[in-house]
Amino acid sequence: MVQYTRARFDASFAALSDATRRGVLEQLGRADASISDLAEKFHMTLTGMKKHVGVLEQAGLVTTQKVGRVRTCKLGLRRLEEEAAWIERYRQLWDARFDVLDQVVEELKRTEKVDGRKKRE
Amino acid sequence: MDARRESEPTPMKNRTTVERKSERELVVTRTFHGPARIVFEAWTKPELLKRWWAPKSTGVSLLSCEAVVRVGGRYRFEFGHEASKPMAFFGRYIEVTPHSRLVWTNDESDDGAVTTVTFEEKGGKTLLVMRELYPSKEALDGVIAGMEGGMGEMFEQLDELLVTLGASVGRS
Repeated sequence: MVQYTRARFDASFAALSDATRRGVLEQLGRADASISDLAEKFHMTLTGMKKHVGVLEQAGLVTTQKVGRVRTCKLGLRRLEEEAAWIERYRQLWDARFDVLDQVVEELKRTEKVDGRKKRE
Repeated sequence: MDARRESEPTPMKNRTTVERKSERELVVTRTFHGPARIVFEAWTKPELLKRWWAPKSTGVSLLSCEAVVRVGGRYRFEFGHEASKPMAFFGRYIEVTPHSRLVWTNDESDDGAVTTVTFEEKGGKTLLVMRELYPSKEALDGVIAGMEGGMGEMFEQLDELLVTLGASVGRS
């Protein structure tokens, strides 16, 4: 759980360590924009901007969606992935509990057998 | 004796599944190698609940565990690293059907779920199904977005940072 959070946090900070990427976030805070809009605004090549957006996307700070030939960027976490990750962590919590519960069940079964024998004797 | 038993491997480990069944429902399932009356007992006796509810691997310890398992009875579990700042989970049992069904409320907030656990025995094994039904989609979304204190806190810090950065970029 914690490791996942740390990794995520590190990725977010790495993404924020660059002035252009911070500018892109600020820009997207005002309005969604296509990669070519952003490239133009920051006087960059399309390839260069694609890389920056990729880093922001990896960090979960930006989502992109391609419609036709235009890829639109917006601020935000990837909700579905966030949810899948949360569900997996929740599953691990219950799995850990149930592993111990398995042992409790085994123990109760044995006790019941012993008690059963005693009663019959 | 307990230590020896606990170190023995469980005969066959069953899989735990968790699924978001609907906008406001989470479902957890698991099969246990034992009759329903035994699994039910482990869910309804506080001294047994205590043993498995806060497994060591999660790093959190159970400070106290009280449960009066009957209709209208209350439960309260307190977790934490230090007794001074416990995290409490509490509510009320609204249905208790021996060996087959338990229903309780989660009263920590207005957005708390109603939890239904069913125990279904088949050939000496018990299928356990736990359903957590939230009052709304927003309530469950909220739990998923911020369930872990640590995570929520970190993202709050990040949000603040973004606001600060936004403001400084705006000025330049």
